[in-house]
Amino acid sequence: MAVELDVFVGNTTIMDEEVYQLWLDGYTVNDAVKVRMEGGVMEECEASADVLLSDTMDQYRTFQMCERLLHSPAKLANQLLFQIPPNRQAILIERYYAFDDAFVREVLGKKLSKGTKKDLDDIGAKTGVTLKSCRRQFDNFKRVFKVVEELKGPLVENIRQHFLLSDKLARDYAAIVFFANNRFETGKRKLQYLTFQDFAFCAGQLINNWTVGAVDNMVEDMDVDLDKEFLQELKELKILITDKDLLDQHKSLVCTALRGKTKAFNEMEANFKNLSRGLINIAAKLTNTKDVRDFFIDLVEKFIEPCRSDRWTAADMKLYLTHYTNSAHILDTFKHQVVWDRYMGVIKSCIFKMYHD
Amino acid sequence: MPGKLKARIVAGRHLPVMDRASDLTDAFVEVKFGNTTFKTDVCPKSLNPQWNSEWFKFEVDDEDLQDEPLQVTVLDHDTYSANDAIGKVYIDIDPLLCSEAASVISGWFPIYDTIHGIRGEINVLVKVELFNDLNRFRQSSCGVKFFCTTSIPRCYRAAMVHGFVEELVVNEDPEYQWIDRIRTPRASNEARQRLISLMSGELQRKIGLKVLEMGGNAVVGYLQCFDLEGESGLVVRAIGTACTLDKLSSGSAPNTNTHMHPNTAPASNACNSPSKDGKEPVFGEDLLSSSGPPTPFRALPTSSSSPPPFSPSKPCSRQSSSSDTDLSLTPKTGMGSGGSAGKEAGPLKTLLRQQTQTALEQREFPFFTLTSFPPGFLVHVGGVVSARSVKLLDRIHNPDEPETRDAWWEEIRQEIKSHAKALGCHAVVGYSESTSICEEVCILSASGTAAILNPRYMREGCLDMGITDHRFEEPSPPSCGFCHIPYDELNMPFPAQLTYCYHCRRQKVPDVLFTTIDLPPEAAVTGKGCLIQARLCRLKKKAQGEVNATAISNLLPFMEYELHTQLMNKLKLRSMNALFGLHIQISVGENMLLGLASATGVYLTALPAPGGIQIAGKTPGDLSNEQHILTIQKRINDTIAKNKELYQINPPELTEEVVGSPIPDPRQRSRLFRSHSESSDEVSELDLSHGKKDAFVLEIDDTDAVEDIHSLLTDAPTPTGFYSCNTEVMPGIYNWTSGVQMFTSVRVLRLSNANLTNQGLNKIFTDLCENLLKSFYFKLRSMIPCCLCRLNFTVAVPEEELIQVAVTAVAMTFDKDQTQEKPAEKAITKGCSETEDQLQFPLELCADASSANNQPSSKISGVPETTNVSSRAASVDYGSFADRCSTWLELLRLKAHTIRRGSVKTSRRTQSLAHSVSSLDRSSPLPEGRSRSLRSNRSFAGGSVTVVKMTPLSFLPGTRIIKYLGIINMFFIRETSSLREEGGVSGFLHSFIAEVFAMVRAHVAALGGNAVVSYSMKECVFMENPNKNQAQCLINVSGDAVICVRETDQEPIPSMTNIGQTCTSGTDGAT
Repeated sequence: MAVELDVFVGNTTIMDEEVYQLWLDGYTVNDAVKVRMEGGVMEECEASADVLLSDTMDQYRTFQMCERLLHSPAKLANQLLFQIPPNRQAILIERYYAFDDAFVREVLGKKLSKGTKKDLDDIGAKTGVTLKSCRRQFDNFKRVFKVVEELKGPLVENIRQHFLLSDKLARDYAAIVFFANNRFETGKRKLQYLTFQDFAFCAGQLINNWTVGAVDNMVEDMDVDLDKEFLQELKELKILITDKDLLDQHKSLVCTALRGKTKAFNEMEANFKNLSRGLINIAAKLTNTKDVRDFFIDLVEKFIEPCRSDRWTAADMKLYLTHYTNSAHILDTFKHQVVWDRYMGVIKSCIFKMYHD
Repeated sequence: MPGKLKARIVAGRHLPVMDRASDLTDAFVEVKFGNTTFKTDVCPKSLNPQWNSEWFKFEVDDEDLQDEPLQVTVLDHDTYSANDAIGKVYIDIDPLLCSEAASVISGWFPIYDTIHGIRGEINVLVKVELFNDLNRFRQSSCGVKFFCTTSIPRCYRAAMVHGFVEELVVNEDPEYQWIDRIRTPRASNEARQRLISLMSGELQRKIGLKVLEMGGNAVVGYLQCFDLEGESGLVVRAIGTACTLDKLSSGSAPNTNTHMHPNTAPASNACNSPSKDGKEPVFGEDLLSSSGPPTPFRALPTSSSSPPPFSPSKPCSRQSSSSDTDLSLTPKTGMGSGGSAGKEAGPLKTLLRQQTQTALEQREFPFFTLTSFPPGFLVHVGGVVSARSVKLLDRIHNPDEPETRDAWWEEIRQEIKSHAKALGCHAVVGYSESTSICEEVCILSASGTAAILNPRYMREGCLDMGITDHRFEEPSPPSCGFCHIPYDELNMPFPAQLTYCYHCRRQKVPDVLFTTIDLPPEAAVTGKGCLIQARLCRLKKKAQGEVNATAISNLLPFMEYELHTQLMNKLKLRSMNALFGLHIQISVGENMLLGLASATGVYLTALPAPGGIQIAGKTPGDLSNEQHILTIQKRINDTIAKNKELYQINPPELTEEVVGSPIPDPRQRSRLFRSHSESSDEVSELDLSHGKKDAFVLEIDDTDAVEDIHSLLTDAPTPTGFYSCNTEVMPGIYNWTSGVQMFTSVRVLRLSNANLTNQGLNKIFTDLCENLLKSFYFKLRSMIPCCLCRLNFTVAVPEEELIQVAVTAVAMTFDKDQTQEKPAEKAITKGCSETEDQLQFPLELCADASSANNQPSSKISGVPETTNVSSRAASVDYGSFADRCSTWLELLRLKAHTIRRGSVKTSRRTQSLAHSVSSLDRSSPLPEGRSRSLRSNRSFAGGSVTVVKMTPLSFLPGTRIIKYLGIINMFFIRETSSLREEGGVSGFLHSFIAEVFAMVRAHVAALGGNAVVSYSMKECVFMENPNKNQAQCLINVSGDAVICVRETDQEPIPSMTNIGQTCTSGTDGAT
């Protein structure tokens, strides 16, 4: 006696959110049944293991059939095969495109290529995410990347419209695309303490302020590529460390403002020149693609680590950077105020975000 | 040249990639009707082509319009090789031929291919211009409306019910033609789809012709089936009930209102007639006002001619030709009769009734495919009648001659008719026919419910005769009248224990009632109902030809008997006394027969409480055995008690009281009525002996019996929050909310063990059905509290070791709080009806109450009834609503609705709006057309898909059907040669069923509808060959496309009800 065939099809497609999650997480049917049994759904409805298995198989089949549509979510709304209420559609899409922070942290900044895909089993083993789920997430990144690559207009908006994602998720995808495009290094040991959300925030800052799109919003790739002209102009900031007078002047302005306001004042005063050199050198080198990739590691090495070793608090950091940025405006010989603001605005908020344990 | 068909191909979307090199498609479309083909331009390199074609015009006979579908084929243009077909759309244009249905078909249709399934969608516009006068059709029957719904469609009124129509057409099955050997299976499947589409069109046209001949304008309860007979051919047959339907408009509303309120009638009847009843014996001159129509019926020549004692469930199967000699092959004779009868005046009514009665009996087949009826239509119900016959298909030497099959069915129908006669009934309602084919053996089955009908509906103009007529003809309270026996109690067709009706105490009722119809909405029911199934497997030896047929026909009676016993036992176990919607399916396979009987059990208040089940052992001395019996007995008693609680059946005390306390009254009355109904003293004794119910005794004499009892007890109870039934709605649930989930589930079981016994098989089969139900409950748990309605199980034995069960049903949510209130209310009702009984009697005795006094008196005696029925109407009986609501208020609301819709349109929509309006001006004027065009644009422009609800019921809770758009009857074949890649058999069938749903929805949406009612899956034939990695499946579905609006759209329901009721009382008082 074997059930040869067993299907259940509703006019309105029935989808259990719990099973959907199990499917997304890459559980096999049998594992999913086990999880569901442990979850106590059987008692809820006097069901038996057979019933649960049959239901899980049905749902898995439904999801597999839906998957093709989920690859281009816009199709889900006007396809005829499944009658799914709009709110359900939204849930399906959002969940399908949701990802594990642990996983994305591993592939962030990596090239979304076949090579990376081959390493997914390692990543899966490391993060505890099933290979199936890794593949789905990776393919999602790649799919979004490919679609927005060729589109004009704001990145986040494009993602949201094309994939019908929530604003939050669209921003996260924008970050992933941005990192993948610029290949930022995120895997170094020193960067391990940073979460995906830290990077996503920084990506948002970079996209909004440093890309071509920040000045012109109708160019291709506008939000993906950094503004070359701006990067060129950043070289001008070097004057702040090369011109000794300017450096001293800057230091004294900052120290005057900070004196008595923080316990770490002495360390700040002592380290001022080092820290300033660090930040300006980062700016000056950004014309090299290689150095762009090392942007975050540089920030950590040149600025965050020294401060941390001096036990600055987050408030100290905020205070210091605010005055550091503002004082430059008072320097009469410093002419690059606009570039300075565009640079420091991003640096400031990135460092704030990144300055934690 | 009576018609012009116009089609326009607008656009395509989501097309598959046909050119691997470019990842694009160069699509064009061929539009074919009859022998004419048009082509669009090629839309190069696009998966979302915009053709915006001109109007392709086909000038055709209306006969062709009815028979042929419009074929739309999407192809990929290939410069060097042959063009590849992407897929096809068949559009049935029948709905456009009826002025009251859809006026334009416009929307996105899934492009379907038998191998690949749905491959993108195409937007098509179709219109028809009929040139000639609608009255002059001869060959065609355009304009006859078809309904799958087995009741009078809501928003229509039956002016006349003409009766049974049937037709069948036969053709060779393309799959079995010689050419099949050289052409691809795909081509042959496409040929098959095309042929069946053509055949059903032809069949519908022919049935339509018969309806026109009878003077009708519609077919209700249209049931079309395919018999895939293999090499001997393909049979498409259909039965239905011809009616003359009037669309309800504001003008006719008050008239129908009265019919929708039968409850006022019995009340007035009760205080009006009984005095006369009491004094006069039977055939007085004032018989027309007396409440005993069964008596005159019984006096009719046909039924009093003491028919042979047929049992209702007696299986009548035979192998080949029948002994029935009266096979007249012209079913039309006598069918349209009774026309002149309607004009007679009052005093001759008795005579007239007898006339129509005979008119009805003169009809060759007084059969009705309806399962629920306008109030007052059904007078008495006798019981289930069924007939089966085993035929050998290879005996037919000329498959093109439909006469053979006609004769077969004729034979069976005659048998049904004679069974009905034996039950003292002149008609069969809830009639259906089915077949089961295995190789060359075919079992033909027919079943129905013998009944006595009110002849009013069979006469022309009957409904216009006024309310007086209506009132006087109401024979007995509608809440129990149909239970009263139609047959002569001295000459009972089968052994049954009769008692006086527990509701009115005036007529005799049987102890158990089996029917194939839905529970009449006005019937008094105690507690809730539930699905009851009897399942049975019987092994048989593999055999060929006649031997095989004989073996099968020898098995059939035993199967029917056992199914019947199982049903009876299960009914008792649930402490219920009646079955509705009984459907017995016997399916034949090579080495076994499967029997599945499904019905909805209820406790009819009018019928006596069922006795328990008592177990008796054959061998008394054996102690361990006795112990065993005791434990079983205890389990049974516990189950009965539990079931009583579960289904809220708590009448015995109440009825006991009625019997106990006012003892003189019922007895006195029973005596009164006994004389009236000419019953003898023996009968009254029998009645008295019934006061103490005897338990139903089950003897355990062998292990089989033990097994049987065990299986009785293994039926798992439905989980809390769930109810299930196979009728339209669940008796005892009245407050549906709008949650609706229709589903289809198919399960195939492979029997691995070759040496199975009957018992083992039974267990497997029972488990299969039970597990399916369990699965449904689990899947639908989020809908709790909910009821599975119209659970329709179909069993088949597709191969030697396979059992297939397909189920279609709908889960509907209801309001729990109100249900909990309901029993209380019910109890009150019950209490009142008790007082009613007591009250009514004195009233009856001093029946000076004139007809002018009707209103107040009906209030005294009928109050509980009224509240009960009206509250029911508010939630369940949309028919009564739809009818009552078609006042000006209704129209206003409708208008508001369309206007609201219209205002959302975009500029592009406006454009097409103007366009379609102008074109509509030509074809159909009037505001109705306008609303239609507005609607059609909705599906046209928007990106989102219209939600189409589907239900096997004739209504959707919380909505009102405002328009029927035509019948949906679709046939699809899907095949694959990459079964594994498509997810195995389950994956294959899952996507196919989803595709079928999608295509049904798309067609409904294109007609402008938003729901399908009376949906059913008639056929699901699945074949696989896993070794070759192949599978094939055939599905046939049907239903009625409708537009429905939310009931609560603007005006709250109560106000509507009030209006309806004041109308009623107004008209009532006036007469």
